[in-house]
Amino acid sequence: MNPHRRSPFILIATILVYFFLYAPIFVLVIYSFNSSRANVQFDGFISSYGDLQIVNGDVTQSPCGPFHWFCELSKNREVINAAKNTLTIAFTATIISTIVGTMAALALQRYDFKLKAFSQVSLYIPIVIPEIVMGIGILTLFSQLFSLLNNWLNLAGDARMTMGLFTVILSHIAFMIPFVTLVVQARLQGFDKSYEEAAMDLGANEWTTFQRVTFPMILPGVLSGALLAFTLSLDDFVITFFTNGPGSTTLPIYVYGLLRRIITPQVNALSTVWISIVFIAVLLLQWIQSREK
Amino acid sequence: MGSKYAVELRNVVKQFITPEGGEIAAVDHVTMQIRNGEFFSMLGSSGCGKTTSLRMIAGFEWPTEGEVYIDGEPQGHKPPFLRPVNTVFQSYALFQHMTVQENVAFGLEMERVEKAEIERRVGEALEMVKLSGMQRRRPKQLSGGQQQRVALARALVKRPKVLLLDEPLGALDLKLRKEMQLELKSLQQEVGITFIYVTHDQEEALTMSDRIAVMSHGKVLQIGPSVEIYERPTSRFVADFIGESNFLDGRVKSVKGDQAIVNVPAWGEELTGIVTSKVRAGDEVAVSIRPEKIRLAEKQGIKENSLQGVVVNSTYIGSDTHVYLDVRGQRIKVWEQNRISTLDPRAYYRNGQKVWVMLLPENTLVLPKD
Amino acid sequence: MLRRLREDKSIQGTFLITPTLVFMVGLLIIPLILTTIVSFGHRSADGGVIYAFSFDNYLRLIGYSTQCDNGASVCFDPLYAQIMWRSFSLAFNTTVLVILLAYPLAYFIARAHPIRRNTFLFLVLIPLWTNFVIRVYAWMMLLRKEGVINIVFGWIAGMLHIPFTPLEMLYTPGAVLVGMVYEFLPFMILPIYTSLEKIDNSLYEAAADLGANPFRTFLRVTLPLSMPGVVAGTILVFIPVMGTFIVSDLLGGRQVILVGNLIQRQFLDARDPTFGSAASLILMVLTLIVTYFYTRKFGFGEEIVV
Repeated sequence: MNPHRRSPFILIATILVYFFLYAPIFVLVIYSFNSSRANVQFDGFISSYGDLQIVNGDVTQSPCGPFHWFCELSKNREVINAAKNTLTIAFTATIISTIVGTMAALALQRYDFKLKAFSQVSLYIPIVIPEIVMGIGILTLFSQLFSLLNNWLNLAGDARMTMGLFTVILSHIAFMIPFVTLVVQARLQGFDKSYEEAAMDLGANEWTTFQRVTFPMILPGVLSGALLAFTLSLDDFVITFFTNGPGSTTLPIYVYGLLRRIITPQVNALSTVWISIVFIAVLLLQWIQSREK
Repeated sequence: MGSKYAVELRNVVKQFITPEGGEIAAVDHVTMQIRNGEFFSMLGSSGCGKTTSLRMIAGFEWPTEGEVYIDGEPQGHKPPFLRPVNTVFQSYALFQHMTVQENVAFGLEMERVEKAEIERRVGEALEMVKLSGMQRRRPKQLSGGQQQRVALARALVKRPKVLLLDEPLGALDLKLRKEMQLELKSLQQEVGITFIYVTHDQEEALTMSDRIAVMSHGKVLQIGPSVEIYERPTSRFVADFIGESNFLDGRVKSVKGDQAIVNVPAWGEELTGIVTSKVRAGDEVAVSIRPEKIRLAEKQGIKENSLQGVVVNSTYIGSDTHVYLDVRGQRIKVWEQNRISTLDPRAYYRNGQKVWVMLLPENTLVLPKD
Repeated sequence: MLRRLREDKSIQGTFLITPTLVFMVGLLIIPLILTTIVSFGHRSADGGVIYAFSFDNYLRLIGYSTQCDNGASVCFDPLYAQIMWRSFSLAFNTTVLVILLAYPLAYFIARAHPIRRNTFLFLVLIPLWTNFVIRVYAWMMLLRKEGVINIVFGWIAGMLHIPFTPLEMLYTPGAVLVGMVYEFLPFMILPIYTSLEKIDNSLYEAAADLGANPFRTFLRVTLPLSMPGVVAGTILVFIPVMGTFIVSDLLGGRQVILVGNLIQRQFLDARDPTFGSAASLILMVLTLIVTYFYTRKFGFGEEIVV
């Protein structure tokens, strides 16, 4: 007993909320080993290895054993392409939006210029306007722009410009910049200008000051901005849905398309792989952090 | 009043678990009695256990062993909100989302005091700390000194049995701090509430307190009025921590009443001094002499405790001159008051000058070695 | 010239902000203007846009009609107004539920030992990295008639010897609500955590010292000081819920049609981008109005960035 003890209500609520967050994910993973092809109910694990055998819609034997659906998944070219697209989009958009967003944060926090108020306000657009509104706006823009250009340049057939990876990446960047900027701005606000002044006083020019003093100090902010951008890009569905085109299908779009037609344990296997990668990445990150301490 | 003592700590121990998993005793078997209506200070450097002791009185921490009594009542595991004490925090801990008025009224609302009564008492409290007219401001709009007064009013308005102050002046600049010291002292006399004041600033403690407890490493070394702490420290640590002192190692030759004769091997001489705590013949001791209590003279004035030395450095600092001497290989510092106004350099001590150093027995203390 | 560039703070600032402005104007503001223009146009036979200036789409949205059953000259069909209202009340309910679930967890993390806080926060973020669609799919598996929840209920009923028929939970408004709460819970936890974490421990101690028990400390100190986080979280939850269409699509089936579904269908199935644009503009205006009044009352939370 001590005066800092937490109320049991908080503890119980915490456990329940974590349970609420993780129970669905756990179920998803279990079902990726389902022997039932229809995946409507759980018919048990696939128990034996050998040639593929299907009895009453249940896979009873598979060359991969319980990992049958993972093997099927690995043969699925569409999924592999979609995974590639997803990561390409997330990484490219994160890198560009982090650089551009950090520049904007510096501009807004350290400089005066025309359009400053306008710039600050425009950053709140993606936050206060529902994504779908922006999604169809960008869709309209690109489709109008492309049909205009296609007509003007007399492009036809495969040469016609269409939506694709490029449009998805551009849109993701536009949506992620504000989040990066606001995170870095918050960091810059709490950071005393006298450090920069001290550096300049000691003879560093502006660029050296930025490299040696400002940047290292805002780096944690930049990194958490980048992490947030990466998270939003991976989690995004709506923007990608309206801006993707042939050949730029991402995993979420692929899964959504699949879910509207059929449900197969392959989707679960895909989710399991995805979640495992996320978990391993987080564990690695935690391990690196603890080693640094 | 239920008890002679406003607060009593009996054999209190507080152990904390360190991040490495070990245990450390922040407070180690502390016993002290704080009388009703007194201004009591706990003095020590950081980590000495003074703040932890205060927090145990407030109820933010509970003792691992021992018991805290407030007004004669054992507090056990009573939470802070049921204890008749209030705290002025080092950081002030003002509620930023409330105005000055709301901050001060908060504690009375918790007691479910009537609205009109709250209004009246908040007004009084703010007047007492000279903040009338600031009711509608937010803490952020006030200066450090004003925020400090709000914190004081917020605690005092509850009319606690005991007011606990955790380095409340630490964040103020020197001048304001001196002003507030006097103000706090007169405020305490005005309201008659027991104040328990935690500080690491010895001057602050000496200026304000009726009694001081000097703490170190979780233990109380000495409790007594300012004069006693300064003039009759009972240990080398206290003599060193409060004010400045010259120390010489020695061995007790004989003790007679409150006087002892000590053999100082560095000088091959015997010094006579006052005993403030139990020492016996043969004990290793530290002989302590305050620099302002050493007399310098060109000629030998007394026979006892009198030696010849050479001035190594002499620094004029206005009211005093600080003279550093080499006395048979020992460095001795002496503060000489500049009682005569003169520009004549010969009136001051010069480097290399030979002088007699007189350590009067009544100014010489024989302290046990720590 | 170079020297002037180095010394002129205004030019430097403009240089740093330009890429951001290009993106904001090119991909956010111009599309919004285009949407507005399109919303006044007509649909062409092949699903394209004929530019015009007509309010037909807006009249259709409010259900204005001159061919009425009861012989009146003008009447209103509340179909689209109902969809709007359904979206709004769903967003409202979701937000309230999410606050109730997120607050205790955020409080727990904020008061946890600093060494463990990061782990707890990562546990909140991990579901976000599994993607929105996969999270909805997980709930399809749980809520189905043959799903896990019904299985668990069946077991319990079996143990208590109560007859049990599996519940129809998927494709109901309740399923959509649960799905929305699940989807957006992390977006509320993080900002509330941020604002709770900023509260200095001495404030809790001061409240206790002044006689407030834990419950009153919570009401008078903790809650008001964490309001910025709640406001930020509300913005991050309420607005996306208003415009989401997959949750209702996959968990609500044809039963629960929201503004998001309406807009999406105009662009894909029904192929009337002009009507879809008008609907999305109305959606935008509605959310802006709600956000404006909400933030004017409670202030705009700076905790919006976590």
